[in-house]
Amino acid sequence: MKKIIAVALSMILALSLASVSLADSVVAATNCAFPPYEYYENGVEAGIDVDIVKAVCEKLGYDLTIVDTEFGSIIAGVATGKYDIGFGAITITEERAKSVHFTTSYATGIQSIIVKEDSTITGVDDLKADGIKIGVQQDTTGDIYATDDFGEDHIARFNKGADAVMALSTGKVNAVIIDNSPAETFVAQNAGLKILPTAYAEEAYGFEISYEKEEFYNAFNTALEELIKDGTVQAIIDKYIKAE
Amino acid sequence: MFEKLKAEFIFNFIEGDRWKYIVNGLGVTLQVTFFALLLGTVIGVIVASIRSSYDQTKDDLRPGPWKVFLTLLNGLCKLYLTVIRGTPVVVQLLIGYFIIFVSSTNTVLVAVLVFGINSGAYITEIIRGGIMSVDHGQFEAGRSIGFSYLQTMQLIIIPQAFKNVLPSLANEFIALLKETAVCGYIGLMDLTKGGDVIRGRTFSAFMPLFAVALIYLLLVIIFSKLVGILERRLRRNEQ
Repeated sequence: MKKIIAVALSMILALSLASVSLADSVVAATNCAFPPYEYYENGVEAGIDVDIVKAVCEKLGYDLTIVDTEFGSIIAGVATGKYDIGFGAITITEERAKSVHFTTSYATGIQSIIVKEDSTITGVDDLKADGIKIGVQQDTTGDIYATDDFGEDHIARFNKGADAVMALSTGKVNAVIIDNSPAETFVAQNAGLKILPTAYAEEAYGFEISYEKEEFYNAFNTALEELIKDGTVQAIIDKYIKAE
Repeated sequence: MFEKLKAEFIFNFIEGDRWKYIVNGLGVTLQVTFFALLLGTVIGVIVASIRSSYDQTKDDLRPGPWKVFLTLLNGLCKLYLTVIRGTPVVVQLLIGYFIIFVSSTNTVLVAVLVFGINSGAYITEIIRGGIMSVDHGQFEAGRSIGFSYLQTMQLIIIPQAFKNVLPSLANEFIALLKETAVCGYIGLMDLTKGGDVIRGRTFSAFMPLFAVALIYLLLVIIFSKLVGILERRLRRNEQ
């Protein structure tokens, strides 16, 4: 009996060592609740970011594993080397670029304001009124900009964009600031909501890699740029966002 | 090494007044814990009295409306205990926020109610255990010198039971304090979420997480000390 256990244990050890030493496997982290950039379709990760990262890894011959984590943990995890790639419609900002190395931007987005259909809020200025609560997804640029613009007392932070939208539907917050593409998906799925015609902010998305992994960064970024050039990236974006 | 830590500290807490997230978060955590504790204790005492009254008197009660009422009440309490202890507090919190108290915009209140109701179930069982642990002879002695049921409970059983349950009660309070860390799920800025927001702004994991951990630890140490003093006081008259 002891022998069997010993053999089993050593096999487990050998297997775990073997899986670590596979050089060409990469771990990517995202917050998989942000349609159409990343979400679950029939139980597997899908979306613009997911497909682009997959395409790049395929081109480079890497074996990709996707980890679903909180949005705020993605960049910190990449910076400490826990994850090789971070993605999730992450806006390139100077502040973030201090911690992680951004790739070339592969898409642009705008921050939209969602309100209830019968809401009296018509623009950004109305959000400054006393007692207005704005739902945001924690640590997103929507959260960061809105905190700077409207102050701590106006902000309610949620772990998922969908939770913020649900809080809006049930009247717990007066508005939600979130990227336009997920905003459109959320509004389509929840009756009684609308997107204000004035955008809140415009921004560019990038993938992030640790500054320590210079070689990997160069390979990844070059491959990404090639895919942008040959139209693969645009084809992926068009697949998820129907041209207006 | 020290210089680097200092720079990290300034970046994480001093710059942009980020320490306010920690201080305000601590306030919310204490607020939720304190009021949830009060509510939980009230629920616990009431439910435990119903449960133990039923268990101890069901065989002596004459059939009648009072017995039916007590049996029904006891069944309800049992259902409450089963449901609350059988589901994770995070799930209860989300159900409370999105479904049961859907019209409330006061998130702190929702958290207090959910954690109070949750903690009440555990406190019930702790108090009931304490009442049961007092020897039945004590109860009979009380009754035989002419005390009523309530008098016996109040003057003989409860004081002894309280001493017995204090350690497990303190345990539950500590657990509750730390459980409130899931408040962030409903967008409440408690201590943990405050640290999280700093982490999301500075992208450094070390400082905010350790600061938050240290504060929880200090709170628990202070609380344990206080309970220790109380326990010693209560034991003084035993000698």
